[in-house]
Amino acid sequence: MKSTEHKSLSIANPNPPIDSIQKIALALGFLGLFILLLSLFNVDLPNKPIFLALSILSVFIGIFLYARQMYLNQPEGIKNNGVWLKGFTNRGSWAWVLGVVLTAFYVVLYWYPEYLGLGKGKPNTGVIVLFDPLSYFLKNQAASEWFVYGVLYTLAIVGFGFKFIFKYRHNKYQIVRTISVMFFQLGFAFLLPEMLLRFNQPFNDFKNMWPLNYYFFDEWHLKELLNHGSFGLFMLIFGLAMIFIISPILTYFYGKRWYCSWVCGCGGLAETAGDSFRHLSNKKVSAWKFERWMIHGVLVFSMIMTIAVIFTFLSKNPKLSIITRDQFVWGISIFLSVVIALLVFYKKSQFDKDTRYTIFSLGVIIVGAILINHFSGSKNILFFQSYKLREWYAFFIGAAFSGVVGVGFYPLLGNRVWCRFGCPMAAILGLQQRLFSRFRITTNGGQCISCGNCSTYCEMGIDVRSYAQKGENIVRASCVGCGVCSAVCPRGVLKLENKSTIGRINSDAVLLGNDVDLLTLIKAQKQ
Amino acid sequence: MEHIVIIGNGISGITAARHIRKLSNKRITVISSESDFFFSRTALMYVYMGHMKFEHIQPYENWFWKKNNINLVRGFVSHVDVKNKQLTIDKIHKINYDKLIIATGSKPNKFGWLGQDLDGVTGMYHKQDLENLEKHSNRCESAVIVGGGLIGIELAEMLLSRGKKVTFLVREDSFWNGVLPKEESEMINRHIREHHINLRLATNLKEILPDENGQVKAIVTDKDETIPCQVVGLTAGVTPNVEFLKNSGIELGRGVKVNRYLETSIKDVYALGDCAEQLEPVGDRRPIEAVWYTGRMMGETVAQTICGKPTQYKPGHWFNSAKFLDIEYQTYGWVWAQPKENEDQYYWEHADGKKCVRLVYDKKSREFLGINIFGIRMRHAFFDKALTEQWTVDRVISSLKDANFDPEFFKSYESAIQRVFLANA
Repeated sequence: MKSTEHKSLSIANPNPPIDSIQKIALALGFLGLFILLLSLFNVDLPNKPIFLALSILSVFIGIFLYARQMYLNQPEGIKNNGVWLKGFTNRGSWAWVLGVVLTAFYVVLYWYPEYLGLGKGKPNTGVIVLFDPLSYFLKNQAASEWFVYGVLYTLAIVGFGFKFIFKYRHNKYQIVRTISVMFFQLGFAFLLPEMLLRFNQPFNDFKNMWPLNYYFFDEWHLKELLNHGSFGLFMLIFGLAMIFIISPILTYFYGKRWYCSWVCGCGGLAETAGDSFRHLSNKKVSAWKFERWMIHGVLVFSMIMTIAVIFTFLSKNPKLSIITRDQFVWGISIFLSVVIALLVFYKKSQFDKDTRYTIFSLGVIIVGAILINHFSGSKNILFFQSYKLREWYAFFIGAAFSGVVGVGFYPLLGNRVWCRFGCPMAAILGLQQRLFSRFRITTNGGQCISCGNCSTYCEMGIDVRSYAQKGENIVRASCVGCGVCSAVCPRGVLKLENKSTIGRINSDAVLLGNDVDLLTLIKAQKQ
Repeated sequence: MEHIVIIGNGISGITAARHIRKLSNKRITVISSESDFFFSRTALMYVYMGHMKFEHIQPYENWFWKKNNINLVRGFVSHVDVKNKQLTIDKIHKINYDKLIIATGSKPNKFGWLGQDLDGVTGMYHKQDLENLEKHSNRCESAVIVGGGLIGIELAEMLLSRGKKVTFLVREDSFWNGVLPKEESEMINRHIREHHINLRLATNLKEILPDENGQVKAIVTDKDETIPCQVVGLTAGVTPNVEFLKNSGIELGRGVKVNRYLETSIKDVYALGDCAEQLEPVGDRRPIEAVWYTGRMMGETVAQTICGKPTQYKPGHWFNSAKFLDIEYQTYGWVWAQPKENEDQYYWEHADGKKCVRLVYDKKSREFLGINIFGIRMRHAFFDKALTEQWTVDRVISSLKDANFDPEFFKSYESAIQRVFLANA
């Protein structure tokens, strides 16, 4: 007998503990964070530009190197080994710690920025003043807490974007999509708006659309745009065109993914930094029911808030306005009524729960608008002041939901809680995607083995499998088109497609594989 | 009300139950000794690998069964009394049926190896196998897998994902070459080795050695090599799980013999899925098909018969799919490991050695007969149509773009395939 132990020893351990380059990467990353922490505690760092650059670069290189070492040393493919076995990605103690830290950060950022060093009249200190060099370089102004946040946010998307690309390097859809979110964050959300400030133009993130951008129709914002001459007017018109022309056309052709998983900043963070938590979304039917109530509720809230804000603006600034408040309210009501009429006319053959919820929500908005018009004085709308409504919206939806819960709870509830339950933009795009779009996820005949990878890794909590195992296309308002269900499918069953709207919703589909008579029989019985 | 009792809560039994419920309000009872609820057997591997938790591989939430009035019973059917239409569960409880559906699936083969029942030896089929593997996982540094089929390579991937050193004993001189033609089989050999799996071709298991506690210590191959290991995976195929029917009077072969209506030799008793053995196999299919979707289709068929529309099991064109580590595989129609007399083939392989396509067609008529696809996704509906309408291979090749099912932005290989095909034609 000869022993072959030496042979098995020659085989490299496929899952070694982290290697020395990864150790260096970790050290660098945490060194960068440590510098931020020092400045937070008001350690007076000499030569701030160097320390700031050191901090940002260390964090970026740390993330980049670590991910590169981790993924490029393995063959291409799906890398979900151990996701549910590690505490960090399965709501363990480290996940909890991270959740608390992120939540605390958002609470401080939104409501106690002085703890970050915001001077509020006095000179800034702390971590904010550390960012002054970069801020002066970009826009020739002192940094604010929002500048710090913007830099860190962009750093997260770009750094973890590279991680995502290494992880999915076998999947070109994922690579292109990730480059897109990295580009829009770095260029459109960060550099361009900061540069605009340098040239004394209003801060404007061209891709940030109302109603996600809930201040778009605020009095101060409209005035700012209107006071900046032709460029300001261009921004106003471009913003309106995004809402009413560009977005509906793109959503018709590509589904809401063109925004939610290709362009949007919230989506960008979720897809990159939040990728490690995508499987934590709740897939229960009860969560879906809750989602429908929430999303329509937020939609109605954001619409009525906006109508009230514009109404007040028109009341107070008749000279700046092209239309009167009466014309505005009746215009909105007629516009929405036409939308309802079109829905009833074109979709009466497929009146499902989604459509009914939508029509009901639109009806509530119309009633709300008319009530505002009827019961409001010049300052009060519906017995309270419009800026109060706006304040509540900013507090509950803009800050508490999108930031604190939306990002702070990534490690506990998944990376798309905000997008799924709270984003009014996603709601509107979703309604259109469900009803007027060419986008769907096609299933491949009878190949589904009901394994559940698609549902598990759906960040929006869609039970993809429940469609795939019936041979049904997936046409859901919430789908952001990230394409991960298709990527993780071990049998090649799912494909994101933009095709003719005919036969797009095939809820009477039956699985391919049986002989034709049984297929026809089952189809007939279903109807 | 008629009482339908189904033994086995796998894909076959559960599909039957669901479709009977859709078509009728008969009383339905499903008995399983394996698990409380239906789960996807093909996904057990992902639970061990940490891609999913066990709850994720259950396609229906737990309330589904009560809501649809499908009664689930946990227990082992120890005896079937076809005369009195009565089952005995766990040797104590009696339960009567009007119609009985046997859908008990398979069990892993064991060929009488020395040491095959030692602590640390496992198949990879049942939920209990997964639990057994988990139990031995911490102790395990090295594992040996015996049997080079689909379950074997999945078990290898599972153990690899937990950092175990894996040795893979394959009886044949190339992986799964009873099914795969030479080039495909060799591609998978290479890919297995790329993943640092110690692939031992043309090697059989002789004996499993215990340590002093009766746990696996090593195995000995038929070449008298000793390979130390703490876990041995036996994945040399499966056999219908029908032992409990031995004295029931129901006709058995390797599985439960059924006609095209999935009726057994006894009236009102049906058999489905892995455990059913067709008296007359359909086309080129095997009499026993241990495939996920055939179980599902038999479930759909028997539901029609039981609900008053006698329907024959008529699977359409053969298709299947699998994933070998990172390489996806789909097949439509028949591609044999060795081409038949009347067949010609056309093979294309990408330079990266991870993608290939093999088309099979009739020499004379040029009718398209089947395709193997590795590393590219293609549309089931496309090939189903081509096979039904008996397209020529030339037509299939020229419209191959319509078949593509890869995600957007993926490089497409149709023109490369077409070019090489034309050059060879």
